[in-house]
Amino acid sequence: MVGTIPEGARPLPQKAPGAPLMSSGTGTPIASPAPAAKPPIDVDVPDPIVEIRDFDLWYGKFQALEGVSLRVPRNQITALIGPSGCGKTTLLRSINRMNDLIPYVRARGEIAVDGRNIYDPGVDPVEVRRVIGMVFQKPNPFPKSIHQNVAFGARINGYRGDIDELVERALKQAALWEEVSDKLSESGLTLSGGQQQRLCIARAIAVSPDIVLMDEPCSALDPIATQRIEDLMRRLAEDYTIVIVTHNMQQAARVSDRTAFMLAGDDRTGRLIEYGTTDQIFSTPRDERTEAYITGRFG
Amino acid sequence: MSVESAYRPRLAYRHAVGTAFRWITAAGALLGIVLLALLLTDVARDGTRLLSWDFLNAFPSRFPEQAGFKAALWGSIWVIGFTALLSFPIGVGAALYLEEYSGRGRLTRLIQLNISNLAGVPSIVFGILGLQLFVRGTLGFGPDLGGFGRSVIAGSLTLTLLILPIVIVAAQESVRAVPSSIREASYGVGATRWQTVWHHVLPQALPGILTGMILALSRAIGETAPLIMIGALTFVAFVPEGPGDPFTAMPIQIFNWVGRPQADFRDLAATGIIVLLVVLLAMNAVAVYVRQRTQRNV
Repeated sequence: MVGTIPEGARPLPQKAPGAPLMSSGTGTPIASPAPAAKPPIDVDVPDPIVEIRDFDLWYGKFQALEGVSLRVPRNQITALIGPSGCGKTTLLRSINRMNDLIPYVRARGEIAVDGRNIYDPGVDPVEVRRVIGMVFQKPNPFPKSIHQNVAFGARINGYRGDIDELVERALKQAALWEEVSDKLSESGLTLSGGQQQRLCIARAIAVSPDIVLMDEPCSALDPIATQRIEDLMRRLAEDYTIVIVTHNMQQAARVSDRTAFMLAGDDRTGRLIEYGTTDQIFSTPRDERTEAYITGRFG
Repeated sequence: MSVESAYRPRLAYRHAVGTAFRWITAAGALLGIVLLALLLTDVARDGTRLLSWDFLNAFPSRFPEQAGFKAALWGSIWVIGFTALLSFPIGVGAALYLEEYSGRGRLTRLIQLNISNLAGVPSIVFGILGLQLFVRGTLGFGPDLGGFGRSVIAGSLTLTLLILPIVIVAAQESVRAVPSSIREASYGVGATRWQTVWHHVLPQALPGILTGMILALSRAIGETAPLIMIGALTFVAFVPEGPGDPFTAMPIQIFNWVGRPQADFRDLAATGIIVLLVVLLAMNAVAVYVRQRTQRNV
């Protein structure tokens, strides 16, 4: 767990100073952006596990995100939807500081996980990523055995329990155990695409994260494999908080509890347009752009 | 009747150009192979007569029928062995730094440019550097470090400098070929950079690194100029027993024999070339074997 700071004890600057992401100097912040447009509609999430506050992000001189504020509820599934290039993947990768790996990325604002800003200078992104796991768009198992794939995270994080037992538990949670229990020493690459993605989910949950980020986890899968992953997500949401990016609005409607709609303007900078319960977003969107998108008029 | 067409296909002409081009490229490909085959036949004709176990077990002599290759063969093995030991960790380390750690700043680009340029520096220049730095231990300015004399280690250090650019560039390319999705997966479960490099990047890049390593060592084993420059001996009647001993090397011995007036010595040079080639092929075979084993384990 990221160290927890009691609610209310933390100061709330309107614009936190830009926290440098990369240790290699990336220069001074560019001129501060124009004052954020009207704050996006936020729904009431009483006890958020992730609270994004006024978050901006730049790739070099290009601003990819502006003024995003979002409260992610605990043990629920939150979907980020929007057309290509709207910044939803960037936002997702900001939640576990995966964007740190890209040169010339700068972020400003705050992403608080259990009350602690993960962009504080004292926070180690390596620790953040153990607590906030990730499943990627294309299944990316290590070219190693199924067992090693699941065990890797536990090993490098100094897991002190029984590794074999952990591997079995993670594979069972990922609904893959039945299919691979007799071939744990075979390469993860011998599995089918859907199995590989479930292996990646097992790998992510094997380090007991609190949150699992999923970046279009089904986009490379066929409908049957997609359905299995969606069923799995519903079950995982009992133990984990899930944030999923998806291009597929039906998927968002099927699996998620809350939906955030993002959109990039003519400047290609992504902003959060509307956020609410999935029912509300898909039945009575408040913003006409949300309505246009979910009814398929663009994107 | 047909109207004037908007196209003038000239199909026969276009196909003729294609065929001609095909034969020209085939000739280009064959020329090198044919010349190499001719050379090898020539070497084999001259060299097989004197090829024997005695040749491998005798030291050089004034009499061609008694002269052997022992000192040169073992000298080369010593020098190349140390060159491999030195250039592998330094070269792979440099490649990993440039690819995984350094970012994309100006300094990195400068280092990169210099490495590419160093790969094109004539080997004799490295010989001059080796003579000053490793044999004499001083560059004429700065401290006098003593130097290693005309020893195996001085030769290995010189050859290491010579092949490092090749090793680094080859290793960089194989490190870069490791998909970034693997790195992300590793970081995603909370691995540090070092853990990611050690557990995933390096194992996957290793086959490519080894290939580049062997290519570079193959070049080093045939190098003559820098070794002459640092003063490898041409008439050696002993085998080095440690990195501090003087030495000779196969190409130097061959070069020395070719320069003798007696025809028998030139045949002896051909015999030496055969041994050099066999050693080279053996090294490549080991590399292929190691590479396939590492690939299978992945």
